Amino acid sequence: MPAMRTAIPELICPAGTPAALRAAVEAGADAVYLGFRDATNARNFPGLNFDEGEFREGVDFAHTRACKVFVAINTFPPARRSGPWHEAVDRAADGGADAVILADVSLLDYAATRHPNLRRHLSVQASASNMDAIRFYQEAFGVARVVLPRVLTLAEITALNRQAIVETEIFAFGGLCVMAEGRCALSSYATGQSPNTNGVCSPASHVRYEQRNGKLISRLGKFIIDKVGDGISAGYPTLCKGRFVADGCAGHLFEEPTSLDAIGMLPKLVATGARALKIEGRQRGRTYVARVVATFRQALDALANGETPPHDNTLDTLTEGQRKTSGAYMKSWQ
Amino acid sequence: MAISPAPAKAALTLGPLLFNWPARERQDFYARIADEAPVDAVCLGEVVCGKRTPFFAADLPAMAERLRRAGKQVVWSTLALVVGGRDGEAVHAVCAGADDAAGDLVEANDFGAVALLAGRSHAIGPFVNVYNEGTLHHLALNGAQRITLPFELPGQSIRALAAAAEPVELPVELEVQIFGRTPLAISARCYHARTQGRSKNACDFVCDMDPDGMDVETLEGQSFLAINGTQTLSHAIGNLAREVPELMGMGVGRFRLSPHQIDMVAVARIFRAVLDGRIDGAEADARLAELAPFAPFANGFFHGHEGAAQVDPDSALSD
Repeated sequence: MPAMRTAIPELICPAGTPAALRAAVEAGADAVYLGFRDATNARNFPGLNFDEGEFREGVDFAHTRACKVFVAINTFPPARRSGPWHEAVDRAADGGADAVILADVSLLDYAATRHPNLRRHLSVQASASNMDAIRFYQEAFGVARVVLPRVLTLAEITALNRQAIVETEIFAFGGLCVMAEGRCALSSYATGQSPNTNGVCSPASHVRYEQRNGKLISRLGKFIIDKVGDGISAGYPTLCKGRFVADGCAGHLFEEPTSLDAIGMLPKLVATGARALKIEGRQRGRTYVARVVATFRQALDALANGETPPHDNTLDTLTEGQRKTSGAYMKSWQ
Repeated sequence: MAISPAPAKAALTLGPLLFNWPARERQDFYARIADEAPVDAVCLGEVVCGKRTPFFAADLPAMAERLRRAGKQVVWSTLALVVGGRDGEAVHAVCAGADDAAGDLVEANDFGAVALLAGRSHAIGPFVNVYNEGTLHHLALNGAQRITLPFELPGQSIRALAAAAEPVELPVELEVQIFGRTPLAISARCYHARTQGRSKNACDFVCDMDPDGMDVETLEGQSFLAINGTQTLSHAIGNLAREVPELMGMGVGRFRLSPHQIDMVAVARIFRAVLDGRIDGAEADARLAELAPFAPFANGFFHGHEGAAQVDPDSALSD
């Protein structure tokens, strides 16, 4: 007897470049998300993101293959400089985006007023971690979906979805902020570049490597983030993944250089009632995107058919530092 | 640079106590603040970790009454990161319990609290992202009468927001923190517990070991950050004593001091003297350095630099 069909969440995939967009679409993404090439999105790295022509071509490519396109405009416009953010919302609307992903109140207001028919998703950068906050954004700006902060456990996500007034989207794979997103000024404190307004955390422009006494020292601004012996591969010095000394002990105070990998708990993620699963990684190449998306597609399709998802370890080599975690989804992480 | 005096008398607020001090010490601290500190408003309530609240919740009404009797406004600050049922209930209780008739205000530190306070006069705390005029305007329409700006805002943003807050039909008082370690991040994970090999669930309240936060150094011994349970702060003490005249010139009328385990009455007197023009920023800095020897001062965020920087305001171009 065939098992009952499970409601399968959408698979939302990163598109840092046009090549990654095509790879994600072809590997089975239900939607891709991308940003424009400026500070209006939270992955404002050199060599990433889309100009207007690339965006329109990407929308064409995705739409002809029944894949949606979401545009992340999820930084906070600084005072007196909202112009580029408003233009980004207009560009997304005019170019046929299926949704915009926003965090700032003034920008949500702008989008809701100027483009009422364009779906508004609340970015993880808005850090809406409880029902009252979700209700605020839903009532004031009609957000259709909330990307939940990565601070929540599966039990807390399930509890939110039970009283659901909007769709929710949760992270399934990729880089992991250990701090509440959109509320972290650590990188800003060390570099002067605010993730919230410049769209970049631990920017490469402020990273320095120094070889000394057989050690490779990595710095962010004036601060040493890590120090490794010769021959050991040094990870990128993302501030919260660095090693520091507290209470006399040196170590990864905040988090190991690790990535979220929740594929092993996919049935549990689906059971939370989340409408969409998100793969992080707009800074990653198309090979990464193709493999991660295809693996998740296969697993979700298996679940849809009432089958057990195949056990697949091939993603292990793709996680940061080849280490993985289920992050905040388990209470013990806290 | 010529600076015009602010029209109304500038006000001082004592921000919420961020650290896990023993209940008895809290009582003594607020008793002395009520009796001696020249501050206009005092924030009460737990902002960092809801697990701490039961230790001092029963003392709050008496503290509040003593502060009110001393002519100080009581501001009830809500949690910055609200996750799960217990935290949510705590925020509901704060919003429901504040005595508006006695002149109290609730200060919302997340958008959940902003939702609960809609249509009622309230304050917005520095943990709510107010980066631009549109957000300020929206919050004012929702009932915010006072907004303490986020810690990382540069002076030029503060100037623009102060101009936006001025229109008479929607007056909002702006407040800026000018003294204390700067909150930089909040997490669901407790780093105090983590350094002791514990989880947040079984934390044993080890954050009480560090009344001003646990020092975090780089691998080569450079002071960097401070840990306060789930919160990460700057190692340096944010200090804008020398920038106060410029802030007043922009139209900022309220200034916040964040409690540390030092003589906060003396700190408040120094800043009152700066606001009244009785001493200048350099003299204030010298006196404050004696009172707070545990970390250097920083003013980088205000000047658009990295927050850890200490910039000479006389040679800086902040706008």
